[in-house]
Amino acid sequence: MTPDDGLELRLDELEGGLAFLGGPYNNHLALRAALEDAKRRGASRIFCLGDLGGFGPNPGKIYPILEAFQVTTLAGNYDRSLAERLADCGCGYTHPRDNHFAQLSYDYTNRRTTDQERAWLAALPGTIRFRRAGRRYLLCHGSPRRINEFLWESASSDGFLMRLAREADADQVLCTHTGIHWQRALPDGARLVNVGAVGRPANDGRTAVWYAYLAPGEHEAEFIPIPYDHEALAREMEEEKLPAEFVETIQTGWWTTCLEILPAKERARGKF
Amino acid sequence: MTRAQVRPFLEESEALGVNDFYFTGGEPFLNREMLGILEDTLRIGPATVLTNATLIQEGRARALAELANASRYSLEVRVSLDGVTPAMNDPIRGEGSFEATIRGLRELARAGMNPILTVARTWGDALDQELRERFHEFLREQGLARPRVKILPLFRIGREAARTHGYGERERVTEEHMLGFDPWKLQCSTSRMVTSRGVYVCPILIDAPDARMGRTIRETLRPFPLAHGACYTCWSTGATCRN
Repeated sequence: MTPDDGLELRLDELEGGLAFLGGPYNNHLALRAALEDAKRRGASRIFCLGDLGGFGPNPGKIYPILEAFQVTTLAGNYDRSLAERLADCGCGYTHPRDNHFAQLSYDYTNRRTTDQERAWLAALPGTIRFRRAGRRYLLCHGSPRRINEFLWESASSDGFLMRLAREADADQVLCTHTGIHWQRALPDGARLVNVGAVGRPANDGRTAVWYAYLAPGEHEAEFIPIPYDHEALAREMEEEKLPAEFVETIQTGWWTTCLEILPAKERARGKF
Repeated sequence: MTRAQVRPFLEESEALGVNDFYFTGGEPFLNREMLGILEDTLRIGPATVLTNATLIQEGRARALAELANASRYSLEVRVSLDGVTPAMNDPIRGEGSFEATIRGLRELARAGMNPILTVARTWGDALDQELRERFHEFLREQGLARPRVKILPLFRIGREAARTHGYGERERVTEEHMLGFDPWKLQCSTSRMVTSRGVYVCPILIDAPDARMGRTIRETLRPFPLAHGACYTCWSTGATCRN
């Protein structure tokens, strides 16, 4: 599965402020709060980089919000799996405990996804391109070459990131998939921005979630923390009988699952 | 390999856009320049060193932690064991090796490192979950609050072929096997093994003459024919030496 399995959406030159949201993971309360923040900042266009489902409660609540805020969305591995009725989320975990929890949330989301929603997901592009102030932008889910490739800050070499951008004919790559936001200006002038996720805290002990905002004329992203009613989300997750481990993450800001995939530096910053 | 011998390969890797670097042996810490090699590597990308930890004393653990802290990239130390007791481990790894490895693990924990325990799988499916829990508990006992475990399949080559049996003639990857199979899952689709004798397809096939693909990494950027029994293990288990 690669991003170019799907359509590529090519947009015109984009100016003004731009907002980039990663992985909503069914967290409709955080998604709405982040979108309201982006609107307040005057974002001229808002993008979601995929993985609408998983982790949180009641997947059907995400779609109307994305439509109401006219969010331009691309497909993550989760969305592709749901669209194609695959047996798992294709997140790319390698350890049984990670896969166990990933499967619980995928099965939950899969059971509650309607045919209409699957058709909507199936039509999402795999990548989005546009130009902005002389730079070629590429938006993708995991990496430009792979929908479920993890780009962690401490495990991505400059040389590798430059190659990814070069081979994708891009000067600026925006991605998500890992759930932790970071960015790096590369020696050759390219920039990679991992926009993080709005569905789950960033394993930093804060209950807020994060998205990336590019002010007009800027290529460097500002990462915006979004507090939201996480207690209400936790209650909804409990009502839906989602795993206590997931609820704990929402309430504490510390990851309790999908930890084995973290490189040493990212793992050391967390509690577990 | 000396630090000076490794350097040109690091430079070549950087130019090619290689993402991460693994060091294995034998035992990498028998190489007196290992810390220098890791220092050079961590300037350009994340590094992992695969060790039995028996040569990791306090000073070396602290030096590793300093290297790790000084780099923007992760330094991973993968420590190999074959069980959580001497009775499980030592028949495979040698008398006394369990205690020596434990000492190394504890030094790494004290220095603030979080090594990944790597275990070759010598048990059946049914025991997977139970043993994984035991490895996690074992690591917590050594002072590692965030336990990390990687379980690798056994490749039936070398000593293991003698201990059990080698690959049968039918245990080969065929064209049919590759239909609908994602080649990305095979380590050799994205990795090469640099040695003092040349560049090989992977560390598992280091003794197979046809696995030597060239003198430089650039010379080896072509698919490798999956003709070995070990290739069948990678194909059927999804095994990778990556963390």
